[in-house]
Amino acid sequence: MAATEISPLDRNGMAARCARDIPEGWLVNLGIGIPTLVADFVPQEREVIFHAENGVIGVGPAPAADKVNPYLINASTTHVTLRTGGSYVHHADSFAIARGGHLDLCVLGAFEVAENGDIANWARSADEPVKQVGGAMDLAIGAKRLWVVMEHTTKDGESRLRHRCSYPLTAKAVVKRVYTNLAVLDVTPQGFVVLDMIRGLTLDALQAHTEAKLFAHGEGGQR
Amino acid sequence: MIDKFVHSMADAMAGISDGSTILLGGFGDVGIPTPLLNGLIEQGARDLTIVVVAGGRDGSAIEQLLSLGRVRKMICSFVRPASLAGRLLQRGELEVEIVPQGTMAERMRAAGAGITGFYTPTGADTLLAEGRETREIGGKLCLLEYPLPGDVALIEAWRADRWGNLLYRDSARNFNPVMAMAATLTIAMTRNVAALGEIAPEEVVTPGIFVHRVLHVPA
Repeated sequence: MAATEISPLDRNGMAARCARDIPEGWLVNLGIGIPTLVADFVPQEREVIFHAENGVIGVGPAPAADKVNPYLINASTTHVTLRTGGSYVHHADSFAIARGGHLDLCVLGAFEVAENGDIANWARSADEPVKQVGGAMDLAIGAKRLWVVMEHTTKDGESRLRHRCSYPLTAKAVVKRVYTNLAVLDVTPQGFVVLDMIRGLTLDALQAHTEAKLFAHGEGGQR
Repeated sequence: MIDKFVHSMADAMAGISDGSTILLGGFGDVGIPTPLLNGLIEQGARDLTIVVVAGGRDGSAIEQLLSLGRVRKMICSFVRPASLAGRLLQRGELEVEIVPQGTMAERMRAAGAGITGFYTPTGADTLLAEGRETREIGGKLCLLEYPLPGDVALIEAWRADRWGNLLYRDSARNFNPVMAMAATLTIAMTRNVAALGEIAPEEVVTPGIFVHRVLHVPA
């Protein structure tokens, strides 16, 4: 980042920005990592139902230290609460929810997203001996909308928004929107369309950090 | 009188043979029947195939089973590189089949439901599909998956009665009901015992017809 006047969002900032766009009434699955933080930024009075793939419908906030229920965890295996109205299902039904198109939204982390909506988030190379697929493939193909929250670039400054993914795919042509520490982008038939950027950033500056071609949205409004 | 309660770990584990496929319930530390797994270690069966969501963290009973060289193959959705399973895999000392988590659950459901195969879009566009049968259905590329039955399921319940009717606590339900239906021999441990009829019919999650042995292991 050459310009000193811009401040990229931190993990909480990205999660908060994503949370702003989740309307009341949606059934939402949050992936491991930054996506899990999104729930913290949805106010309790906005009734969003969070699904965890280990069979929890209506995941609530973390419990107080003295109110931990050892039998109640989310997909990241951290202790959670259940909202009033919540329920439990077994794993096959939980993934029927994911695969069967019942989730309004799934938010996942990723290594890379391509301009055609491909997502790579489970392996860094095809030769990697130890693989960790978890439930990402089921969630990615099944949700009505898939959003990704991730850093715009790797620690080495490589763009994570690609013309085509270089890592093994999790699913093809499924990502609808990406929230990064620099911008919000929609995946459209045209490619990545920039909806929003952090204050002080220009489309040209964002493009300089992005391998995929970016397109401006309407007036390219900055917020 | 039907009474599925057994009164010792040895009775619970009786007859599990070498080469068995063991479905192991639980997710994270919740719903894992660790006492039964310790019983299996004691019982001595080897050359096992273990079906479990994840490869087992340090200090877990799964890790102990692995360290004793009793597991030939693990079918799971992820293995941590730093875990014993990850190290055994990298040294070529453990066969691992990585299955997307939802596919794993559905393959067991299919086994219990008499479904001999199904097509799913999960993983169809990925390297997990290489060399396998796919077909396009309704405009989506789908992958053929086969059932995943077990010789034995080891599961954890919260309450059980003598017919083997089970109820689970909170998110400890996870894989347990599906595994109960997918195994030839389902062995449940329960934290609490209920008299027959005490668990309301509407509250029974796994009907006792899917459960063969129940061992009371107080919390």
